Amino acid sequence: MYNRVGVIGDKDAVLAFKSVGFEVFDASDAQGAAALIKKLSGEDFAVLFISEELAAQIPDVIKKAKQRIYPVITAIPTSKEGGGYGMAQIKKDVEKAIGADII
Amino acid sequence: MAVLNVNPTRMELKRLKNRLKTAQRGHKLLKDKTDEMIRRFIVIARENKRLRREIEKELGGALENFMRARAMTAPQIIDEAVMMPSRKISLECGKKTVMGVAVPDISLGDDNNSELYPYSFLTVTDELDNSVKTLNLLLAKLIELAEVEKSCNLLADEIEKNKRRVNALENIMIPQMEETIKYITMKLDENERASLVRLMKVKDIIAH
Repeated sequence: MYNRVGVIGDKDAVLAFKSVGFEVFDASDAQGAAALIKKLSGEDFAVLFISEELAAQIPDVIKKAKQRIYPVITAIPTSKEGGGYGMAQIKKDVEKAIGADII
Repeated sequence: MAVLNVNPTRMELKRLKNRLKTAQRGHKLLKDKTDEMIRRFIVIARENKRLRREIEKELGGALENFMRARAMTAPQIIDEAVMMPSRKISLECGKKTVMGVAVPDISLGDDNNSELYPYSFLTVTDELDNSVKTLNLLLAKLIELAEVEKSCNLLADEIEKNKRRVNALENIMIPQMEETIKYITMKLDENERASLVRLMKVKDIIAH
């Protein structure tokens, strides 16, 4: 049964999630993040949050993970300037489904 | 459009007509399915965008607050403060189907621990308090975002696949079959005329 939530990202930024009961995994570069996703996908994680900067560096892994239902891998911004990546992904999905970004 | 490689016989004609009927019905069904999926997808995508915008607005700030707290206090103290969370999340995970696509269905269980801060206020700065508070408020939204975003991904994939099927039926299969049916009909008619002429000729020869 899937009932855990994990966060992958730079330790400084994501450690805060520990206080709300998420499990925190430190990854500072793309290889580390890819390896972590691979490892954690085999466990009973329902949701894996990953920092946007890391997600942007490993498009292959993210794309592969998209086809499975669990774990749900979601990119989150980890700094104020962040953003853009997540919105771009939504845009991509809409374009894929409808043909043009109309939302 | 190429004609299928079949023998121009009555049996083949009948078989092809049946296949054409099935293909047309399938095409109509798939087209309706795509329409409905797109309608649902738009609702989900809008929701996805709204949630993401809200989260991006607040989460970045919360995490930056946390970083600041870490910078101002000794790392060990912060580590210690958040190391043993007072809350534990419980998730109910299942699957639901949207138009035949299995999507995740995650709901956040109620935890009975109302204690928000897992540390003593004595050692840490208020930046940490703020960031933990915001994160707690965002918790439900984050989980919801994960669920909605995944649904969005899966639906988009399925819509793309479905569109491809509809196009293949509409532009390749159905025209090909129509063409072949026409070809067989013409061939059969031609054969009939040929045999009629032959009969007339034979009759002519016998009469003389």
